[in-house]
Amino acid sequence: MDFNDPMLALSSWIGQIGDFGLDLVWRFIHIVVTLWHIVSGIFESVESYAISLGLIQKYSSIDIEKLKCLAVVVDIEAARDVSKVIELLQWLTTIGVKQVGLFDSQGLLKKSKDMILEMVPRSVLLQETGEKHISPDRIALEFISSSDNKEAVVKAANILLEKYLKSIHPENGVGENVFTESHLNEALRVVGESVHVPDLLLVYGPVRSHLGFPAWRLRYTEIVHMGSLKYMRYGSLLKAIHKFTGVRQNYGV
Amino acid sequence: MVDQIRHMCVGINQILEQIHGFSRRCLFRVISMGPLPIHLAFIMDGNRRYAKKQDLEDGSGHKAGFSALMAMLQYCYELGIKYVTVYAFSIDNFRRKPEEVRSLMDLMLEKIKSLLDKESIVHEYGIRVYFIGNLALLSDQVRVAAEEVMQATAENSRVGLLVCVAYNSTDEIVQAVKKSCVTKLDRDMETIQLVDIEENMQMSVAPDPDILIRSSGETRLSNFLLWQTGSSQLFSPDALWPEIGLRHLVWAILNFQKSHSYFEKKKKKQM
Repeated sequence: MDFNDPMLALSSWIGQIGDFGLDLVWRFIHIVVTLWHIVSGIFESVESYAISLGLIQKYSSIDIEKLKCLAVVVDIEAARDVSKVIELLQWLTTIGVKQVGLFDSQGLLKKSKDMILEMVPRSVLLQETGEKHISPDRIALEFISSSDNKEAVVKAANILLEKYLKSIHPENGVGENVFTESHLNEALRVVGESVHVPDLLLVYGPVRSHLGFPAWRLRYTEIVHMGSLKYMRYGSLLKAIHKFTGVRQNYGV
Repeated sequence: MVDQIRHMCVGINQILEQIHGFSRRCLFRVISMGPLPIHLAFIMDGNRRYAKKQDLEDGSGHKAGFSALMAMLQYCYELGIKYVTVYAFSIDNFRRKPEEVRSLMDLMLEKIKSLLDKESIVHEYGIRVYFIGNLALLSDQVRVAAEEVMQATAENSRVGLLVCVAYNSTDEIVQAVKKSCVTKLDRDMETIQLVDIEENMQMSVAPDPDILIRSSGETRLSNFLLWQTGSSQLFSPDALWPEIGLRHLVWAILNFQKSHSYFEKKKKKQM
């Protein structure tokens, strides 16, 4: 018993030193990762600056017709700075993008909808104009939040349930098969949701994540991380759109 | 003389493997000092391009991809990750050439059956296997084999492997809506709530993924886990799936650790 106590204390002490050592190594590895991100960020900034000055030939012309619908996901903290969102939309207008869906999970941008529409020249609300009737000199904006994701699917599900109940034959108690993707698609439209699949989704935030953008619309969308909205760069935006125009999808085939 | 050289090479190989394994376990011990993801998802893209790049015959890319998958699963379970989900076959993939689909189904059948072997990774790590997707679209043989594996591993509880086959997210959502409606009819209840759809999603057997890795550099989700990835960090390493390695996994986890507090704050705000 007496011999065991010092042994236990010693092994516990060795364990603590071991953990301390491992923790140091872990922190060192993370410092290296952070340095890598800093250096790579510097290279990206320089490249972005060169692109915006027109020094890199391949970015001087973009086949913007390939980009029918762009979505922009903005982190909550970034969404509070509406002026930056307006500046981004002005850049997108300059590039020639025709339709932009703006998403933030809590709907802060929806609340600032009127201000954004006023400050972005030639902008119009997508809901008013419809996807097929956007004039060439306009940019149609859509404001999306988390309520357009899972909650919208719930509303659509209830529409399908109602439809199914109404279609039940009294003789056999069996209703119409309303549980298909096209039926759910239609039900989402009835509920007032856009079901258009964005071609490209730009994420402005600290992490590459779609942050809860409506799942039903994300099937084949290219998701690109743009970094923070506060330090957004025009050159990086051009590069992301240009890269998208070069993508060739086979849709699983 | 030749035999001696061969024995020496085998010996050296074994020693190198042991050193590699030891170094890997040391690295994992260090990485475990930070938060670890509970659930990792993989889109195994690039098998066909790999076969073309290496000038291999058709189908060899997928075999190489399977070896890469086994290695990746070993690393994940060694590190202590509880759930791994893989996108093995999409509903869209049925539109490929019939010979290719048949060859993939044959490979899948062979590999599903091998999961029941005593030496397989399932027994080594006590994996509970789930096959997630519209299994009715599979051939009877493959479906029966999958159901057999699910039943045989149902008592395992250490870690989970979710294999998405004949799957896509929009189909999963529609099936969940259908099941929710049928339940409401049976219980004579009025409206569907979000919790009904969530519990009827096939992927509800595991928490939402923390990390989703798609190989071959493509940046889209291709109709995979769209409902579940709202708080997932997405990675798209350029390596084709058969080329994926430990370094890609470690890189993703280190970046996950850097962003962990961001996602924790986001989850707290949603509560």
